Amino acid sequence: MTVLIDADTRVVVQGITGHQGTVHTHQMKLFGSKVVAGVTPGKGGTTVEETPVYDSVQEAVDRKQANASCIFVPAPFAKDALIEAVDAGIRLSVVVTEHIPFHDMLVMYHYARARGARIIGPNCPGIAAPGAPSKVGIIPNVVFRPGRVGVISRSGTLTYEIVNGIREIGLGQSTCIGLGGDPVVGTSFVDGLELFEKDPDTDLVVMVGEIGGTAEEDAADYIRHHFTKPVVAYIAGRAAPPDKRMGHAGAIITRGRGTAQSKQTALEGAGVRVGRFPYEMPQLVADVLKEKAHR
Amino acid sequence: MVKLAEWRGKEIFRKYGIALPQGHVARSAEEATSLVSEGKVPLPCVIKAQVLAGGRGKGGAVRFASNDEEVRAAAAAILGLEFKGEKVKEILLEGKVAIDRELYVSLTLDRTLRLPILLASAKGGVEIESVPDEQILRQPIHPFAGLAQYEKRRAAAFLGLTGGPAKSLGPLLDSLWAAFNGEDAELVEINPLAVVGDRVIALDAKVIIEDDATFRHPEYAEVRDDRTPLEEIAREKEIAFVQLDGNIGVIANGAGLTMATLDVLMQFGGRPGVFLDLGGTDDPAKVAEAFLLMAKAKPTAVFLNIFGGVTRCDTVAKGLVNAMEKLPAQDRFPLVARIRGNNESEGVEILRAAGITSIPDLKASAEAAVRAAATRAVAAQGRTA
Repeated sequence: MTVLIDADTRVVVQGITGHQGTVHTHQMKLFGSKVVAGVTPGKGGTTVEETPVYDSVQEAVDRKQANASCIFVPAPFAKDALIEAVDAGIRLSVVVTEHIPFHDMLVMYHYARARGARIIGPNCPGIAAPGAPSKVGIIPNVVFRPGRVGVISRSGTLTYEIVNGIREIGLGQSTCIGLGGDPVVGTSFVDGLELFEKDPDTDLVVMVGEIGGTAEEDAADYIRHHFTKPVVAYIAGRAAPPDKRMGHAGAIITRGRGTAQSKQTALEGAGVRVGRFPYEMPQLVADVLKEKAHR
Repeated sequence: MVKLAEWRGKEIFRKYGIALPQGHVARSAEEATSLVSEGKVPLPCVIKAQVLAGGRGKGGAVRFASNDEEVRAAAAAILGLEFKGEKVKEILLEGKVAIDRELYVSLTLDRTLRLPILLASAKGGVEIESVPDEQILRQPIHPFAGLAQYEKRRAAAFLGLTGGPAKSLGPLLDSLWAAFNGEDAELVEINPLAVVGDRVIALDAKVIIEDDATFRHPEYAEVRDDRTPLEEIAREKEIAFVQLDGNIGVIANGAGLTMATLDVLMQFGGRPGVFLDLGGTDDPAKVAEAFLLMAKAKPTAVFLNIFGGVTRCDTVAKGLVNAMEKLPAQDRFPLVARIRGNNESEGVEILRAAGITSIPDLKASAEAAVRAAATRAVAAQGRTA
């Protein structure tokens, strides 16, 4: 079993005729995803990467039974794209688009929630389940191997780094979820942990966090009370200067909370092993799995 | 994050109908004096430095004046100040008001709830961080419902307001909510919100506009003044670029990996100087521009750490080699490269052809970068000695 996506996931790519949309449609197909349709208003009737393009998400759902969407449309149009997907009955949308104003994302999140749909992102690398195999998003195919480690991350490239390290020591991933680093995300660490708790094919979860916000502290709270599987974590930004912007709107240290230290303390207090550097993570995963097996 | 000076924040407040003292901004003592003598600002008045840092009152950046001569003297004194590293270029003159009480209200985002939140406290006029939690009202607001009547009544009651001031709080909060949404603000804060007679008025204004929303608000494009000149050039080229105190330049892709790279460098005794986040690009020309920008910051050594996703390794390698060829000999820097991920072998080959070895291991490559910087720093010391 996997989390959120599986072999039956049928992806419609919103913004498929754009450069990123086209490139990643190709990559998703190589990974083994069923990319069944693309949508670009006005480009209906064409094909991209041997995938039919429609003018609306509703057509993609009606004709190709799409049940998940991957959104690449530019930030000013992302809110509309998401609402269109939700209205067409799509229940999982991965929003890759970056620089979406959080005021728009607030509307997107609450709209999706009210309709029973889930957003991953925005500004995120998406989700991949190598055993299915299925991938919705842009995580490089080469970093994965099927396995039993769940990964939840706020970062993009740092996720690739750590997932790749896990692969290199011979372990693999059940599902990897890139949450995105924006201030408002559709799926949080806590949401991701809830999913992995219920997944019988995930033995351990790796959390990749970063400074800013209190999502890791919230996760620590959740783990302490509700999560029964081992968790290992890495927090990026211990050396980051306070109040300097580090690229993400989310990565700003404010009011003493949200620092690497406060996150580490909270997580360790919940029994999470926290690695100091990315290259320590694979061994930490292996060690904790070994301890679990001996218990 | 676009932090607006008080007077700009108040222009927004005025646009949304929030009550303010009568005031004007000035850029010289002469201008200040004529604002008063022409009756545009009533006497006595308060004169406030328009800087972004807090603590102006204690720092001599706020003064009172009751005649033309005092206005001229106070304006001249404040305009000469350097307040917490920021030169005072603008002052705001406002008629002094008789304050009965000082309160606090703001609207911002609660990331955990994923909702806007109204914060209110009867302890106004001090930094909200110093106010105990139980003295702060936290009222989440659903974006679809907006600010409800009962929420405004609750705020008035929490602030201990009755009569006229309580009545005037409702419309003020409506205006603040409209400004928060209409201007795509991360924060709209009134501290202090003053009770003056039978109403509440905004004595200060702190407004932060969200960077990502500036496509809807081109008017804020040139209001960014908390960047160094190189950071400003980087912004124009859409490269995330931050200057720190150290000497090792860092080029990485993605905020998380960039921060992790700094963490690792510091662990081995390196001092990151400029760091530059390429983000997602597959344009070698943009990568080359980033390197040329890095050269301008004169790093002792540069550590390139890329995990190729959207940004492919061969794109980075091509851009790097192009940039290195363009750099005059005296501007070149020792480079330690680590490129992994999409199109890794192609990228490594391009670098190899240009005489650069990619070290695949993160730890080993970071150590090499710290060594390269240390070796060059020692060599430079030897030359000057």
